[in-house]
Amino acid sequence: MSGDVAVVVVGAGPAGLSAARELRRLGVGSVLVADREAAAGGVPRHSAHTGYGLRDRHRVMTGPSYARALTGAARAAGAQVRPGTTVTGLAGGPDGSRLVTLTSAAGIETVRAAAVLLATGCRERPRAARLVPGDRPAGVMTTGELQQRVYLGGERLAGRALVIGAEHVSFSAALTLEHAGADVVALVTEHERQQSYAAFRLGAAIRWRIPVWTSCAVTRITGRGRLQGVEVTDGRTGAVRFVPCETAVFTGDWIPDHELARRAGLALDPGTRGPAVDTALATSVPGVFAAGNLVHAAETADIAALSGRHAARQIATFLTGGVLGRDRVPVLAEPPLRWISPNLIGSAAPPLGRFVLRSREFRRGARLEAWQDGRLLARSRPVRLIPERTAQLDAGWLDQVEQAGGPVRVVTGSRSGH
Amino acid sequence: MTRSCPEPPPAGPELAAADVAIIGAGVVGTAIARTLARYALDIVLVDAAPDVGTGTSKANTAILHTGFDAAPGSLESRLLSRGSVLLRSYAAAAGIPVERTGALLVAWTPEQLAALPGIEAKARANGYQAIRPVRADELYSSEPALGPGAVGALEIPDESIICPWTTPLAFATEAVAAGVRLLLSAQVNGVCSADGGHELVTARGLVRARWVVNAAGLGSDAIDAMFGGGGFTITPRRGELIVFDKLARPLLRSVLLPVPTARTKGVLVAPTVYGNLLLGPTAQDVPDRADVATTEAGLRSLLAAGRRILPGLAAEEVTATYAGLRAATEHADYQVYADGGRRYACAGGIRSTGLSASLGIAEHVAGLLGEAGLPLPPRPGYPAAPPAMPYIGEAGPRPYQDAGLIAADPAYGEIVCHCERVSRGEIRDALASPVPPADPGGLARRTRAGNGRCQGFYCAAAVSRLLAGGPGPAAGVSAETPGAAEVRPR
Ligand SMILES: Cc1cc2nc3c(=O)[nH]c(=O)nc-3n(C[C@H](O)[C@H](O)[C@H](O)COP(=O)(O)OP(=O)(O)OC[C@H]3O[C@@H](n4cnc5c(N)ncnc54)[C@H](O)[C@@H]3O)c2cc1C
Ligand SMILES: Cc1cc2nc3c(=O)[nH]c(=O)nc-3n(C[C@H](O)[C@H](O)[C@H](O)COP(=O)(O)OP(=O)(O)OC[C@H]3O[C@@H](n4cnc5c(N)ncnc54)[C@H](O)[C@@H]3O)c2cc1C
Repeated sequence: MSGDVAVVVVGAGPAGLSAARELRRLGVGSVLVADREAAAGGVPRHSAHTGYGLRDRHRVMTGPSYARALTGAARAAGAQVRPGTTVTGLAGGPDGSRLVTLTSAAGIETVRAAAVLLATGCRERPRAARLVPGDRPAGVMTTGELQQRVYLGGERLAGRALVIGAEHVSFSAALTLEHAGADVVALVTEHERQQSYAAFRLGAAIRWRIPVWTSCAVTRITGRGRLQGVEVTDGRTGAVRFVPCETAVFTGDWIPDHELARRAGLALDPGTRGPAVDTALATSVPGVFAAGNLVHAAETADIAALSGRHAARQIATFLTGGVLGRDRVPVLAEPPLRWISPNLIGSAAPPLGRFVLRSREFRRGARLEAWQDGRLLARSRPVRLIPERTAQLDAGWLDQVEQAGGPVRVVTGSRSGH
Repeated sequence: MTRSCPEPPPAGPELAAADVAIIGAGVVGTAIARTLARYALDIVLVDAAPDVGTGTSKANTAILHTGFDAAPGSLESRLLSRGSVLLRSYAAAAGIPVERTGALLVAWTPEQLAALPGIEAKARANGYQAIRPVRADELYSSEPALGPGAVGALEIPDESIICPWTTPLAFATEAVAAGVRLLLSAQVNGVCSADGGHELVTARGLVRARWVVNAAGLGSDAIDAMFGGGGFTITPRRGELIVFDKLARPLLRSVLLPVPTARTKGVLVAPTVYGNLLLGPTAQDVPDRADVATTEAGLRSLLAAGRRILPGLAAEEVTATYAGLRAATEHADYQVYADGGRRYACAGGIRSTGLSASLGIAEHVAGLLGEAGLPLPPRPGYPAAPPAMPYIGEAGPRPYQDAGLIAADPAYGEIVCHCERVSRGEIRDALASPVPPADPGGLARRTRAGNGRCQGFYCAAAVSRLLAGGPGPAAGVSAETPGAAEVRPR
């Protein structure tokens, strides 16, 4: 045992750093933020384009300057931020405390914490996890790897590149590829339409005239040694064509980095695949909280940051003996909704007073409805649902939830109501 | 007795004539090299690839078979039983990860159940006595995640899992330490044989040797033909496999084998020494000896089989998919022989058990060479102890878990590959080892770096910088993209 702290935050991305600063602002004694990477900042540190910080810092900045600003703010508030430090264990300790194992060049140490915040973020599913068959050549990667190669490693990429996906991060990958010297042939999506914001899309499309091939899937990778090209199958016609390229970037298709959570025995939400959390961002284990893209993969960084701040306030309440409701009502997202976060209703309102969700399908003018035991609790204004893109449901109806009742089901009603 | 003298060889460094040239640095060729290195012989080990163990030896199911189900009386049965005993003790001494998980050969139909006594009798005929029948209730209590419908099983308590990468590396490391010359990136394209010996025409020049051993795996028939053999032809039989996330590991305790058919051992589910679960292999004959691509149909059939055997797999993430090629021939048995007249030995057609049998094959080949007239004077100081290999399994402590090691050298606490928890110290050691990696795949086979669930999302860039001799993980941030378009949140 090498010491006691009030709160250990795992992960120094936007969520973890924002939580650490808020915890210190609220007077929490000692806050330790551990990150396994060589420097704090999380994914934005690798992401040299602009578009960060709007809702939490009220200005738009590049990823690296955003990462620096958050790290600086956490440190200035008195949090100890330790990069190069992997949290390799999380277990229960005496008197309801948590034992956190930290591994770094300084050695292996176990700290006892009164509370733990998991903010380990998410990653993109790589080609193998998507079961794309074919050869295994070099040149096939995720956006995460691409960014680290190009922005942190200064690598150049010659030749043609194909981007798999057509959501925000896919356009971001296209920008990075062009920046690195590659020629982006196209973005390929199995959906019938692209799913990014107009401004971002136009930026990429107008500057470089990158086409988006919709309803298409990459069905085979070819190349021994180095990538030679991929086979693209058109879902509408079944037509298969070979697209020569030297780089293929698999984007999006997020999965929370839930290893630590699972190994520590936290219950997972089957929809988000992150730890199940209530509206206070408390997990199934008392004293362990989770925030950021670990509980909603993936939202923008400012949303992750605000979720971290929300968790900090709940942790502060928990540390001062405040009771966080234990009788939590599950919230279930029904198809075509894929998941909803938070996924349990506890004693607090959710971050920003709303739930975030994802749809599998495009829907125009859909109304989101919350039902409990046959009772309609709320119906939203018409919203547009786009796969892989965020949708929200305001949580103003939480006071109508029957604590002893059944789960709340969130469904997409028809235009005219139910 | 000149046989196939092709075009004049490209200019290259000329090597001094060796006593023995071994063609193929897979698990079989490296095993032969380290076994012959116990004698005072000058040996050169030649491979077409830039690293050892890059052929079938790197892409298999990684099971250390007992040989319980081999054809009784066959050479394979004999060398497999012997080889697995030898490898078990070698592995323990060299730090090759092995776990004795045991295997359960599961019957799902009445016909399969009826086949179990025959398999048991075969095991006993192979000299393996520890096999025993297991009733369905006992089966489910030891493997509660098994899918419904199993009617009985056989337990083979000594079937084990092994690290297929450390094994040929350990053999090669031992051989190199004993003075064996390793000649990589040197494909053998032809041979000129005369009474004094052979001249191998390789991509890196001529290699002269008095004796040649063919351990060329998928190329062993072509090499055999060059030496006037030609008694077998290889038809590669591809096996595709799926590696599941480490978080799936608790689903299973032992290896789950199916009841084999005439063609293959069938699709199995096995733990790996790296803490994952492995599902496969398929069996499909392919014309191309380098076609290790996975296919949609193959992966789909594996997932369907996996769902039946272990339904919990369906909810788990896939970490990797790959394929290997079995060196199948028209013969059921290994093609192993030596010919004193030709000063040549062949260890080819080692189809689906060569990892387990490697040391048995090597011992047998050394014996055949001796009988065929190769003098085998003992090398002073040999046999020596096996080399101490870096331990990359999950059953023993890894460097990141070893406080004493980190205190002595902080590089072992600096984790570079987060999913597999590989430290900068281990990568540094691999790069400085006697048989160093040639590429990221080679580094992965020595350390596991990059093999994890993120497949490089976090570490690939840092790992390739380390491979290139750079500092690894970058702490800084680089120049920012000028004028890049903005993400505009709603
Ligand atoms: C290519 C790309 C472009 C993007 N562009 C934008 C954009 O323009 N604007 C925007 O707002 N958002 C953007 N995003 C999204 C944004 O990066 C994320 O929303 C944000 O980083 C999420 O923050 P987080 O704190 O939840 O997780 P992360 O930023 O992922 O941070 C998690 C941290 O935890 C660490 N960690 C994990 N496990 C452990 C452990 N066991 N021990 C120690 N540390 C651990 C990780 O190494 C990581 O540093 C982009 C994302 C990508 C991939
Ligand atoms: C899907 C699958 C699953 C398997 N599962 C298992 C298992 O669980 N347990 C087990 O014990 N065995 C298993 N095996 C079998 C085992 O992998 C092989 O028997 C073993 O690897 C064969 O080793 P090798 O050295 O003969 O061949 P290889 O590893 O293929 O080595 C041959 C080497 O020769 C070189 N070479 C070829 N031609 C030339 C040339 N002309 N010039 C120079 N070099 C040349 C190649 O580059 C290669 O490195 C499996 C095989 C497959 C395909």
